[in-house]
Amino acid sequence: MVTAASKLVSMQQAIAQHVPSGSMVMIGAQLEQMIPFAAGHEIIRQGRRDLTLVGPISDILFDQMIGAGCASRVMAAWVGNASAGMGYCFRRAVEKSIPRAIETVDHTNLTLALALHAAAMGVPFMPTYTTLGSDLLKRNGNLREFSSPVNEERLVAVRALRPDVAILHVQRADTAGNAHLWGNLGVAIDGARASRKVIVVAEEIVAPEVIASDPNRTLIPGFLVTAVVHEPWGAHPSPVQGYYGRDHAYFHEYHDQTRELDGFERWIKHWIAGVSSRLAYLKQLGVSRTDGLRVRERALSVPVDFGF
Amino acid sequence: MTARIQSSTAANRFSRGELMVAAAAREIHDGELVFVGMRLPMIAFGVAKRTHAPGAMGLFESGVIRDAPASELLYTMGDPPNLLKATYCGDMLSVMSLLQQGRVNVGFLGAAEVDRFGNLNTTWGSRNGQQVRLPGSGGACDIASLSQRTVVLLEHNRQRLVSRVGHITSPGNGTGNGWRSEQGLPLRSGPSAIITTMGVLRFGDDGEAYLASVHPGVGVEDVLTETGWTLRVADDLTTTPEPDAAELDVIREIDPDHFWTKT
Repeated sequence: MVTAASKLVSMQQAIAQHVPSGSMVMIGAQLEQMIPFAAGHEIIRQGRRDLTLVGPISDILFDQMIGAGCASRVMAAWVGNASAGMGYCFRRAVEKSIPRAIETVDHTNLTLALALHAAAMGVPFMPTYTTLGSDLLKRNGNLREFSSPVNEERLVAVRALRPDVAILHVQRADTAGNAHLWGNLGVAIDGARASRKVIVVAEEIVAPEVIASDPNRTLIPGFLVTAVVHEPWGAHPSPVQGYYGRDHAYFHEYHDQTRELDGFERWIKHWIAGVSSRLAYLKQLGVSRTDGLRVRERALSVPVDFGF
Repeated sequence: MTARIQSSTAANRFSRGELMVAAAAREIHDGELVFVGMRLPMIAFGVAKRTHAPGAMGLFESGVIRDAPASELLYTMGDPPNLLKATYCGDMLSVMSLLQQGRVNVGFLGAAEVDRFGNLNTTWGSRNGQQVRLPGSGGACDIASLSQRTVVLLEHNRQRLVSRVGHITSPGNGTGNGWRSEQGLPLRSGPSAIITTMGVLRFGDDGEAYLASVHPGVGVEDVLTETGWTLRVADDLTTTPEPDAAELDVIREIDPDHFWTKT
């Protein structure tokens, strides 16, 4: 058996090589689950600029990247803090151009999913009824009303969206990038197929045999993957099913501490600029905090049988 | 704000949030597919399941479908307890496809602003005359566009219930009857109820909201004062039914610390 070449690199390398300034980056495809915070923080540390951020919601990660000045455009259905509502950096950027002006392309969850699905399918658009009559349809140039060629119904064409790079957090992968993920998948699968490059960030790197034992769970095949990063706890404070829970308090603390610009500057210095890596971040977070988020009770599925 | 409503049976005290949850639960009928949402509707789904609608199914746009409500209180739909023992976990389109087919009976939404025709705004708000950028649609526009009935829950005041929303994030009845079909929205779709902290609004044949019930202890005049347009009142205006003991038991089991139902 020929062993596939390893794509395993450090987070620092993955971002340095595959996420240049000006890129369109999909990050945070699984809604509140498995948000690649470690990757986002490394992007901030490496000082990327003029990124287009793509995601249905990325909870407070988009807010942080916007506050750090990494983004010139955001294409999302929702930008804020799922625990507390508002994202103050997003507000400052849109309302006051602090730290810089930002263009917003407002999608809905369904139109963003369809935009990625169209790219994944290799077609220029997908039709839908959603947004008809809304101001989102009027203001988002990627949504165009048209008359159905088969029955003359009014429909909305959602333009295909092909990110330069998708960053996806998963439970486990092999070094070739074949990835197992489970739980709520959001737009991860279409996002991986739609993007020019894919960075897989895994809680665990496992042997190819582990992945091959359950091909139905290999939702991202390795040949689509450009780089693999092993980053345990890389999604904190968001949850990873089967690995750790959601750090609800962290979202509330972020909300309270970033209300004003100087508060955000202190926050980012403490949690991102002031730590050199995810390990340093975790050390700062403290063992008692991570211990409190660990799985309390395992809930293993019954194995499936691929025998013949 | 911990004001509790004194009910007519003095032994039975409940919060406004609990009353709204019970009212929301009654919008769910047995056997229906429900786009659940978070906060109060999430609890309402649990109440409906355990009382009058054991056959209801809960759908979450993250890609989760649940028969049994989660075993712990949820703060977001992506919380691990919402995935454990789910009926189905998959991607967003696998759930949203059911919505677009018209198979979802009722969807719950919150909003910063709702207007007399049930249009919702969660994109641009205003505070003291200043434009405030809000988080945006999420799945709200999809649910408002495509589910058979949409139920909105929000606090009742003149800043939230406005004559005309400044931005239609999620379409209600637009400018009145017939507007939705002119836009091309599905025939069987649209706003069904607005459950506020003061009462329940429903929609007339002309597509405009009217006051259908007031919560116990709330005066009609107070509701009208707190509404940003001249709200019509139903001839057969009723008092919103209080949550009964069975409903309160479930609410307090799901939210024992009153995290979502405090006020």
